[in-house]
Amino acid sequence: MWLFDKDLWSEIFHTLGKNMFRTFLTMLGVIFAMIILVLLLGSANGMSNGFDKLFAGTASNSLFVWGQSTSEPYKGFERGRRIRYKLEDAETLKKQIPEIEVLAPRIELGSHRDVTTVYRKGQTSGSSVYGDFPEIDNITKKKLVEGRFLNNNDIEHSKKVCVIGEETYKLLFEKGENAIGEDIRINGVFFAVVGIYKPNNNINIDGENAVFIPFTTFQKAFNSGDRMGWMAIAVEPGTKVAVVENQIKTILKAKYDIHPDDERAIGSFDMSEIFNNITAFTNVLKGFSFFIGIFTLLAGVIAISNILLITVKERTKEIGVRRALGATPKVVKRQIVVEAIVLTAFAGLIGFAISVGILAILNNVWGSGEDFPFVNPMVNIPQFGISFLLMVGLSVLIGMLPANRAIKVRPIEALREE
Amino acid sequence: MIEIKDLHKSYKMGSNSLHVLKGINFRAEEGELVAIMGSSGSGKSTLLNILGMLDGADSGEYTLDGVPIKDLSETKAAQYRNKFLGFVFQSFNLINYKSALENVALPLYYQGVPRKERQEKALKYLERVGLKEWATHLPSELSGGQKQRVAIARAMAAEPKVLLADEPTGALDSTTSYEVMDLIQKINDDGNTILVVTHEEDIAHMCKRIVYLKDGVIVEDKKVKQVRADHYV
Repeated sequence: MWLFDKDLWSEIFHTLGKNMFRTFLTMLGVIFAMIILVLLLGSANGMSNGFDKLFAGTASNSLFVWGQSTSEPYKGFERGRRIRYKLEDAETLKKQIPEIEVLAPRIELGSHRDVTTVYRKGQTSGSSVYGDFPEIDNITKKKLVEGRFLNNNDIEHSKKVCVIGEETYKLLFEKGENAIGEDIRINGVFFAVVGIYKPNNNINIDGENAVFIPFTTFQKAFNSGDRMGWMAIAVEPGTKVAVVENQIKTILKAKYDIHPDDERAIGSFDMSEIFNNITAFTNVLKGFSFFIGIFTLLAGVIAISNILLITVKERTKEIGVRRALGATPKVVKRQIVVEAIVLTAFAGLIGFAISVGILAILNNVWGSGEDFPFVNPMVNIPQFGISFLLMVGLSVLIGMLPANRAIKVRPIEALREE
Repeated sequence: MIEIKDLHKSYKMGSNSLHVLKGINFRAEEGELVAIMGSSGSGKSTLLNILGMLDGADSGEYTLDGVPIKDLSETKAAQYRNKFLGFVFQSFNLINYKSALENVALPLYYQGVPRKERQEKALKYLERVGLKEWATHLPSELSGGQKQRVAIARAMAAEPKVLLADEPTGALDSTTSYEVMDLIQKINDDGNTILVVTHEEDIAHMCKRIVYLKDGVIVEDKKVKQVRADHYV
């Protein structure tokens, strides 16, 4: 196999090494092209990772369903009727729609976005108060600063415990004061704090100042019976949220005698739409980076071809001698094409090493992703593989140009040239 | 060994056609040392190029060691050159970034001879031209005569049927020229067939036969008494 022919390689390194400076200048174009390609791709990946980190903890394939007022008269009911769900709806939906993975019912004190005054030792806070099941944590993860979230034990025994937001803590407690185990009062009922959470500063559904108590405790303490305010639902991976959303609405509409065309009676929000938009954005960004990078690379490889053309012209006589001595056109061609490949591949690797270094530095400076969506900017192996193969493929094609030039000159003409 | 019959060659110069070889008939037996003489424009270089398969004839026959040389592809021509012919040029044409040994080994490389064998063989031929100690030197470190001797070693390394020398002494002073001719004579003494193109009478008389070319035809073809070059060295 000629690829492992030691002489071919020594021949090539001899020729390239003979003129180090020119060889280096030739490679410069490809080095820069590779740096640009990898930096662009890496940054796009970094942004994509950054967004992923931002939304970590929120199930991307989830939706929220709540009741609103009807906008169409139906079956003898007037428009403007308030829709109130019952806890049993949750069971019905789970049973009828197997695609639902998690369904967390929730109830709010007062109407939507209402605040209730929460007391503690003379300090007050106007907070939203929610009755929740622990399952909600699978859909919107709470970052706990202290303590724990609600659990099934709390639900079973209707424990008078609560998880409060950092904002609520600041209003009710002194700075640095221990809150875990302390009681706070809501509508005359005392609840012991078991956890403090930090609001997820990116997707904020619950508000920053909120108190979570077990659903069952809520029912007893505030006498809400079997009412249910809204539902957070996670859908099985691979299932379109919009499909499940429609199924839920159809079932609920039938149950609560809502006109099938009534768009307003049931409120819902599809989380996956946000995620799809962001994914589409980062994908376009990645595609665009690749596109620019590949064309820069093409320009770099053409520069190599150009220099090789000049080199071939300079070496006309040498090539003539070689051919007189028995080098077949194939051998001459192969040597020049392999030179092009070696130059490109070597330059590509140098560029790759440099750009990976730059990305590592960028990662150190901005990579935390705290205030800017930029996490772990790096190219992945398939991206590197594709660009590298493409580069080498291009260099083979472009190397053919000087190679053909080299064998076009007949040995007799090459020898005549003094 | 070499046989050509009614060889014609013309070059197109714009709209004109220049008839360079006008029917050459020529035979050389094995072991001959032939000088081809003629003034510039006589067609001697063209004849040598055709003999060297670096150029094709327009018409006529060319047989080398019983093989008809006709309508060769570039690849085939390269293979035949490698197998049948050794070239010695006026300007040596050594590859300047390769050592003397590497230069001599080059035709063997194209023959596909393994590396080690190639080195040994090349060294043997360098020894034969008296330059064994110079094996690792680059051409730029050699004198003109030494360069030509390396070139001769290179031409001999592939053990060709015929050695073609195009003005081998053209770039050398007379003392060095005689040294080179002495080497060529010795190689011929071993039974190798050699064709030398020259325009110097004294060099031509160191061959065994002189062919005079004029305006594309052979005007004279005579055997001469060989003058040994070592008389002058």
